[in-house]
Amino acid sequence: MRPMAQIAMVMNLDKCIGCHTCSVTCKQAWTNRRGMEYVWFNNVETRPGQGYPRRYEDQERWRGGWELNRRGALKLKAGGRIRKLAGIFSNPELPEIKDYYEPWTYDYKNLTDAPLGDDFPVAQPISQLDGKPMKIEWSANWDDNLAGAPAYGDFDPMAERARRHASDKVRFEFEQTFMFYLPRICEHCLNPSCVASCPSGAMYKRAEDGIVLVDQDQCRGWRMCVTGCPYKKVYFNHRTGKAEKCTLCYPRVEVGLPTVCSETCVGRLRYLGVVLYDADRVTAAASVRSERDLYEAQLGVFLDPEDAGVRHACDAAGIPYDWVEAARRSPVHALISKYRVALPLHPEYRTMPMVWYIPPLSPVVDALSETGHDGEDAGNLFGAIDSLRIPLEYLAEMFTAGDIGPVRSSLEKLAAMRAHMRAINLGEEPDPSVPDAVGMQAREIEEMYRLLAIAKYEDRYVIPTAAVADARRLEESALPEGCSLDYDGGPGMGGDGPFGQDSGRKLLPLVPVENFHLLRRRQTADDTADTTPTADATAEPEEA
Amino acid sequence: MTTLLWGVLPYVTFVLLVAGLFWRHRYDRFGWTTRSSQVYESRLLNIASPAFHYGILFVLVGHVVGLFVPESWTGTVGVSEHTYHLFSLYGGTAAGLVTVGGIALLLYRRRTRAPVFRATTANDKAMYVVLVAAIVLGMVAKLTHSSGDGYDYRQSIAPWARSLFTLSPDTDLMAGVPVLYQVHALIGMALIALVPYTRLVHMFSAPVQYLFRPYLVYRSRDPRQLGPRPERRGWEKTDA
Repeated sequence: MRPMAQIAMVMNLDKCIGCHTCSVTCKQAWTNRRGMEYVWFNNVETRPGQGYPRRYEDQERWRGGWELNRRGALKLKAGGRIRKLAGIFSNPELPEIKDYYEPWTYDYKNLTDAPLGDDFPVAQPISQLDGKPMKIEWSANWDDNLAGAPAYGDFDPMAERARRHASDKVRFEFEQTFMFYLPRICEHCLNPSCVASCPSGAMYKRAEDGIVLVDQDQCRGWRMCVTGCPYKKVYFNHRTGKAEKCTLCYPRVEVGLPTVCSETCVGRLRYLGVVLYDADRVTAAASVRSERDLYEAQLGVFLDPEDAGVRHACDAAGIPYDWVEAARRSPVHALISKYRVALPLHPEYRTMPMVWYIPPLSPVVDALSETGHDGEDAGNLFGAIDSLRIPLEYLAEMFTAGDIGPVRSSLEKLAAMRAHMRAINLGEEPDPSVPDAVGMQAREIEEMYRLLAIAKYEDRYVIPTAAVADARRLEESALPEGCSLDYDGGPGMGGDGPFGQDSGRKLLPLVPVENFHLLRRRQTADDTADTTPTADATAEPEEA
Repeated sequence: MTTLLWGVLPYVTFVLLVAGLFWRHRYDRFGWTTRSSQVYESRLLNIASPAFHYGILFVLVGHVVGLFVPESWTGTVGVSEHTYHLFSLYGGTAAGLVTVGGIALLLYRRRTRAPVFRATTANDKAMYVVLVAAIVLGMVAKLTHSSGDGYDYRQSIAPWARSLFTLSPDTDLMAGVPVLYQVHALIGMALIALVPYTRLVHMFSAPVQYLFRPYLVYRSRDPRQLGPRPERRGWEKTDA
């Protein structure tokens, strides 16, 4: 056993109202820069829908994730090492920016500077790629709330798969049947195919907390990670020529704060916590033969922090005590392993994703209420979950590689929770057969209710700080670092770079400096011409 | 003049290359990238880029063989000068044509696809001029001297190139070389000197280590990052 700790996330899709606050705050914090205009580390998709980038789930096209070779061993779907290096000069499976969407701004200046005329001046959309006027045809949420679903809905790869099993009767009503929102960030997988795809070795998984990051100094822009990630959550910064991705807000997580997307989530649907897993078992679990066994296999990789043997092994492996304690209180561990209501997104990619989802019961309740039934009656709900085949099959394509068993079990637990808690709130005697039907105790259901419905801040986010384990070293670091004679002109003479003062690599924060100047120019300039986000000081002016 | 061109410039080139690489690695690792434009345009690049790169790699191998494998060695293996010439003529021309075709398509793409052109810096343009000049002049030099057994550069240019590495440059060997070859050699040196200062630097990050490392990379937090960090430039505290 080789225990490791991972900061993981669970999202309760029942509570997502699709407000995109997580996307916007994430964008403001991380990707509000040139070269990253089209990038959303966090995005919210309406399902059924094509997603972002369009049809990213169609792995026959984009070749993301892992697959099994003839001997049953894991191999990258986009090809192994030799094939990667032989094809390094171009990457046919790389999505273009237009597969995400072409980023644009507006010609706002025209609103104030247009000459007097008969027509109202308009702000034309201007492409941020080539600086020319453009026609907006797609964006990150073009099909939000099923917009254009009759035209675009057919392109959803998961709908295609679910339809293969669905009857003709519902086929044409698919888009009207149900809808839910799917917020997505990087999955910080246990078996990350982006890391495995990186020829430079610039991508890595942090041993302490499992966060997957890109070393910006080592990335050489080969773009294999973008293809390798089946969730398309590694992005290419087209200005710096480097890959960038969701960092799980590690500077916040390290000091015990939740990620920006979690902190600002209006629906309070995100949960963050530690999950302990056995690194030795990951490869075997990721290579089980049947795709439908992958969910159970991944559950088998997780370790139970209540087990004394596990705690002992964690101690031996150098996992700090407070991390193991955090794992015991972890809401993520509870929702995944204890209550088993959270499910992984697309386990069939064999990357062992670590952002899990509680499937939405609301579409079922709504459908039931609309037909005049009591949407919270346990008997009605249990029946409806099964009779509304399409939501179940569609959800199963997303979360369990098509196996409806775990999805039904999860939805039934949520339904049981609604029925049980309604009885309590109405002062009725709770029916003991309701918890029994889903194999839970009344007490467990009430605990789950507290976690899912009350969802207190300190229950949702149980994040141990990174530095506690290093507290001793931090104490020592209060002493001055290095030799006290090592100042400029002193006997040590190590104060400056080799070419005098201010030379050398003093951790110059390129991006903040650039943003600082850009913002200052924008705030103080009278003329907006040279401060548009696309104006590139180094680029040559466009020839007429 | 001969000494300057063929005795001094090669070493200047070498110093610029090595010092530039060191400087870039030390101070500009963040800028060390292919700066790929594939996300703007993929269709043409998927044809042109492999053609150019494989072509130029073959050309590189040809140069290494031509310059650093002495005629006596190939002779011992039983390859006559005529056979060698034909091989170098047809093989080299084929590779050269693929390379030229590739870079022509790449340049066409760069000029006509607006986002790609917008991402092209002045540095890139200068680099393209030198790169194209080196490739085209090389082909011109080879093809204008291709009659019969062609120009036997293995009697003049190759020994000179080898003599550079023994630190005893035999500059007289280059005096009688046809002008086209001389110009090609000079532009080639300019190109080599430019490598570290342009995007061409990505040739030195060919990821061979990918073949040998484990798929998954784990890293631990750098303990040095826990202590006080060096002050950022421009944000140093005063003593007050």
